[in-house]
Amino acid sequence: MRASEIRALFSVANRPEVVSLAGGMPYLEGLPLDVIADTMQRLIVTKGTTALQYGSGQGEESLREHITQVVALEGVSAHPDDVVVTTGSQSALDLVTRIFVDPGDVVIAEAPSYVGALGVFRSYQADVVQVPLDADGLVPAELDATLTRLAAAGRRVKFLYTVPTFQNPAGVSLSTERRPQILEICRQHGVLVVEDNPYGLLGFDTEPMPALRSYDTDGVLYLGSFSKTFAPGYRVGFVIAPHAVRDKLVLASESAVLSPSNASQLAVATYLETCDWKAQIKAYRETYRERRDALVGALGEHLPGASWNVPQGGFFVWVRLPEGLDARAMLPRAVTARVAYVPGTAFYYDGSGSDHMRLSFCFPTPERIREGVRRLAGVVHGESELVQLFGTAGQPDPDTDDVEGPAPDLA
Amino acid sequence: MVVLAGGLSHERDVSLRSGRRVAEALRATGLEVLLHDVDADLLPFLEKTRPDVVWPLLHGASGEDGSVRDVLDMVGLPYVGTGPRASRVVWNKPIAKSALLGAGIATPDYVTLPQSLFRDLGAQPVLDTILRRIGLPLVVKPTEGGSALGVTVVTRAEDLPRAMVECFAYGETALIERAVDGIELAVSVIEGADGPEALPSVEIVADGGYDYAARYVAGETEFFAPARLTTDQAALVSDVAVRAHRALHLRHLSRTDLILDPDGTAHVLEVNVAPGMTEMSLLPQAVAASGHDLATLYRAVIDRALTPVR
Repeated sequence: MRASEIRALFSVANRPEVVSLAGGMPYLEGLPLDVIADTMQRLIVTKGTTALQYGSGQGEESLREHITQVVALEGVSAHPDDVVVTTGSQSALDLVTRIFVDPGDVVIAEAPSYVGALGVFRSYQADVVQVPLDADGLVPAELDATLTRLAAAGRRVKFLYTVPTFQNPAGVSLSTERRPQILEICRQHGVLVVEDNPYGLLGFDTEPMPALRSYDTDGVLYLGSFSKTFAPGYRVGFVIAPHAVRDKLVLASESAVLSPSNASQLAVATYLETCDWKAQIKAYRETYRERRDALVGALGEHLPGASWNVPQGGFFVWVRLPEGLDARAMLPRAVTARVAYVPGTAFYYDGSGSDHMRLSFCFPTPERIREGVRRLAGVVHGESELVQLFGTAGQPDPDTDDVEGPAPDLA
Repeated sequence: MVVLAGGLSHERDVSLRSGRRVAEALRATGLEVLLHDVDADLLPFLEKTRPDVVWPLLHGASGEDGSVRDVLDMVGLPYVGTGPRASRVVWNKPIAKSALLGAGIATPDYVTLPQSLFRDLGAQPVLDTILRRIGLPLVVKPTEGGSALGVTVVTRAEDLPRAMVECFAYGETALIERAVDGIELAVSVIEGADGPEALPSVEIVADGGYDYAARYVAGETEFFAPARLTTDQAALVSDVAVRAHRALHLRHLSRTDLILDPDGTAHVLEVNVAPGMTEMSLLPQAVAASGHDLATLYRAVIDRALTPVR
């Protein structure tokens, strides 16, 4: 099954009849829209000619100051000069890859890894090598062995791309014991670390973990975002980078977009100044925890033959299907049953991962999540029967190409 | 007028794309065109707006199986395209094939097997029988649905089980057809004042088979419109498409997909009551090859739908 076919199948997921466990859209109904409306109106009345004007390539200074306060919650000490504001952190990832990667260069990523990052790396013709993670995140010994092997083969590794906290799609976090180990391994091999951290403040029961950037300011580029902690529609993300890199990022950003949206940046800055954003993040955490519980509870009830992790934060549960099932081949059946998920193959560069699927719990209500899992159980049952009947277990779909993740506006 | 696009089928995305293209073209002719999905709001919307005509650009499921057309008949709104009964026949590929055979139109040899049969008789004995009876290469496809979803061309016996699993992910029954070698063609038929007429055929050259990506990703497939055929060949495939259109009681427009084999026989693979109208689709390419303007031709189709049946 080809990537375009998978994306087409996702197009039903935004219909209300379908329970979508596929997308990554945050739950915005929890936002105080009336308060935000007043704030935005005041912004345009008082600073309209600035908000609607071009801004600087590096980003609005007052927002960059606020960003340093937000990242301080995860132990990152940064100066506003170190921050480059981007159009979502996706744009930061694109700019970083553009600066560092020449065709054929190696980028290390986790196995599995964020589908949107794999798409960026593919578009710059990087060779992505994925390193396994376990319940405590990226496995240091595996990373070391991979980097050693690549060095011996004369390969040029440009950076490690990692989502260390509440990883997408696996839902796991790199343990505090492993964080310095991973950084040390990268330092020894002369490999930069790109830390993508959109979910760090969305832990359910724990204090924020120290970001990788909090251990090492020279070797880590930190990518952050307001898409999950506030609202993705503003498209405000940022990168905190060492000085030498920062100047290149600003130039690259000016080439790409001249300047990120001033209106969006001032809106986010005003929100951070005038609204209780920490209380909002707390409210989001509680909403998402309840939904995580609904998803994990329903999986236990309806899909005993599968296995999964219980994420302590973020948006996703990574489910291993019962033996022999192929999540891609099963997707049409799921669409017929009015439920959607992302097949695990989306998160691998080499077409593996068909034995997994990513279920997101960020957008649907707990009741809808339970209903979705109930439908999914019927799908898994039907597919299991078929696979047994034809004896095709363990024959993954050979037809893999391109990125097959859902579009960003998918529920 | 109202263009219906979307629906809840596997081909929702294609339908949305078709709907937008047609709506855009018709607006250029001065018509007021509203786009609507097939959902719980549709009937109240149609009752309220009472459009002069509806164009169901729905692919798959209720859009092509006749049920939406039944509803349009019930609410008394004229629409573009084939009526519900004929749609139902065409929607089910084996039934359409038997109707074609009955009209003397060639279609590849086939069997139709539901999943339950494999359960009852055991998969391997049935697969072995298929391989003996149909032979390789063969094509496995769901009996219902389009855009080549769930379709696999099988050239090796060991790939047949997986092809069956992929097919049954889309539907309960599989059509297993002998693969015919030859020139792959699509012939669109439009009804004018003098009855159904074939547009120039479009030839499809897809290295890896004309699958979903080959259909809808730009640059994946080479098309020749008109097809590289002799005058006699072109006349033959046009005649077959018009005969199929008549034999299946189709109305206003249709598209017949066929293979012209080296011996000069045109084998009809399937007929579509709701041909794709995306920027990549075959009917719009045929219109372009005919020298007609797309918007004008769509407008003529609308006028045809508004003309009372004599």
